[in-house]
Amino acid sequence: MKTKLIRIGAALCAVLVAAPALAQDLTFWSWRQEDRAAYETFIDTFEAANPGITVKFETFEAANYNTILSTALAGGTGPDVMMVRAYGGLENVAAAGYLEPLSTETVPALAEFAEPALAAESMRSDGVVYAVPFASQTQLVIYNKAIFDANGLAEPQTWDELVAASQTLKDAGVIPFANGTATAWQNETVTFGLGSSLMGKAFYDELMAGTADFTDPRFTGALGEVAAVAAEYFPDGFIGLDYPSAQQLFASGMAGMFIGGSYEVANFKAQNPDIELGVFAAPGKTAEDDKLVGLYFDGGYAANAAGANKEASIKFLNYLASQEFGQAFANTLSNISTIPGVTFDNPLLAEVNELNQSSIPYLMLAHFRYGEPSGSVLIQGEMQKLFAGETTPEAIGEALTTGLAAWYEPFQK
Amino acid sequence: MPHLRMTGRGLWITVLIVPPLAFVALFIVYPIISAFAYAFFDWQGLRRGDFVGLENFHTVLFVEPYRSWTINAFTHNVIVFFALMVLQNGLGFLLAYALWRELPGARFHRIAVFLPVVLSTIIVAYLFKLFLHPLFGVVNISLRGIGLDWLAQPWLGQGSTALWALIAAQAWHMVGFPTLVFLAGMQRIPGEILDAARMETESEWVKISKIVWPLVAPSATIVFTLLFVGAFNWFELPYIMAGLDGSPYGSTDVLGLYFYRTAFGNVSAGQQDFGLGSALAVLIFIFIAAFATVMTLRLRAREIQV
Repeated sequence: MKTKLIRIGAALCAVLVAAPALAQDLTFWSWRQEDRAAYETFIDTFEAANPGITVKFETFEAANYNTILSTALAGGTGPDVMMVRAYGGLENVAAAGYLEPLSTETVPALAEFAEPALAAESMRSDGVVYAVPFASQTQLVIYNKAIFDANGLAEPQTWDELVAASQTLKDAGVIPFANGTATAWQNETVTFGLGSSLMGKAFYDELMAGTADFTDPRFTGALGEVAAVAAEYFPDGFIGLDYPSAQQLFASGMAGMFIGGSYEVANFKAQNPDIELGVFAAPGKTAEDDKLVGLYFDGGYAANAAGANKEASIKFLNYLASQEFGQAFANTLSNISTIPGVTFDNPLLAEVNELNQSSIPYLMLAHFRYGEPSGSVLIQGEMQKLFAGETTPEAIGEALTTGLAAWYEPFQK
Repeated sequence: MPHLRMTGRGLWITVLIVPPLAFVALFIVYPIISAFAYAFFDWQGLRRGDFVGLENFHTVLFVEPYRSWTINAFTHNVIVFFALMVLQNGLGFLLAYALWRELPGARFHRIAVFLPVVLSTIIVAYLFKLFLHPLFGVVNISLRGIGLDWLAQPWLGQGSTALWALIAAQAWHMVGFPTLVFLAGMQRIPGEILDAARMETESEWVKISKIVWPLVAPSATIVFTLLFVGAFNWFELPYIMAGLDGSPYGSTDVLGLYFYRTAFGNVSAGQQDFGLGSALAVLIFIFIAAFATVMTLRLRAREIQV
């Protein structure tokens, strides 16, 4: 009897000791609570192909995600694999050395990714990639097809056509644009969703080369046009209209157009399944001008540099970088996967992907959110002032350039 | 060593005092001191960097853009304090007086005035946001309904009206609290004093200014001090109604929002800097503690003991 007990005890001990080596439990953190069901399915696929590795998906509130994540990483209780943000938001976490550097040796699929996508998940100081980029977002104009058809409108090819279409809608008693600007970050979306083609690729290139700044007439001119359209064709009192109200105006079919991110499409469909949507890049002055959308990358998947199951984490990252995952991601979550070779069943998504081929980066997020005051803080407040008639486009150009000069070297003269 | 021997009574006192002391030390003193310490370091995300002395304090007070942000937020707190002093405490005093004099319907109004205080700030803030909606809000629709179209404004979108809209919402929410405290103070005024006053004068104003107001001074001390602390820690209502950025263009920015944004970042606009945030928190704490102490001492000195 006694020996039997000892034997059972020994066997139990052996199982307990060996268990971690046999089954590797990964924790995977995310801010996408709404995508839980989809991620559980992706994880099932991964687990089926990789017996012995289990992944536990945990979500946290989006607004405080970075704080929660960096606190956990600093305290040594961080996850094995995690969603991280892009650009300045990535540097915040990566600069502290919490993330495992990635390369084409550990994640071979990275070699195929587009350069700007990788740049979004790299640190500027060392150029090392710290996360597998998962989605791109596009700032453009979303329109209600039924309303456009009923008023005999087509996607505008020039700025004047855009204004004329807005006037037609207004005359027909439809709110042309649903947007409101009481929520600060919506000002940035409106500015670049509507103004990117007016600013133009040449302006962007010169800005990056350091030969132009925000006082450039191509930039300030675009701000003036955006403000003029807003004053005339946004809802009454739009400066007091917050983001959720603006979304509802469009989703309920009271407005013809909505300037926003490609992420809005899924949300509008969810709020109103009958709505028929179209997308276009806001045009430039003439039909020959490039029609540009504002493109940025949302975030990526990273591994904990101090994680206990690094090998399994890297395996999981490789799955998250695979075309198989990208396809499932695009199909279930209606997002533009950054993984090369992914195709889009959803015609709207395919169209957004098509528009992405002619784009400039969503300017402030991609290049000017690395110091304080960030370009986003400045443009959001300044555009609110412009919409309220309390500043001019030229003064904004001046304010942006001098404000950013606090930390952006090319502007320090 | 007799003084080290624990008598039964000494042991009993120790057992009673140590847990609360430990609790206060762990959850109040320690966080305050550590926040104080954080403010002297450079931070990369949540990783503590080098000791930088007073540099964070210097930055938030004297270096642009932080300097203007600090001044802007502080100015708004001051405006909020004085505005609420009139709208919340002043109105509260008048309401309390009306309730105390048992005007018709006093019973109903006593409950009606206090009811909003019970509501959560979140509910009040969302309600007012709906009331002030530029297209469908009850405020603008009513104004248009009575022909005052020119008065229908995008209240929360204009620098000139946004802060006042928030102050109005806050005053509506909390006016019942000073009312209740003042009312309690008035009910403690002895009847003989009032009878004596009544023989001298019939004027309500004289009774209020010479009898009631001086005798509710202890209540005033409480509501003034609490309002001061509340006005400088104001966060929930502006956070929900105006957002973390103090929209539009910082016209509703207050120290609470500014501190949160600086310390913890803002997903859709800026980066976090824990050192600067801590420096701000320390400055806010010192200011509130010092000013509230002076204020309480001065207000106490003018109280009349009945």
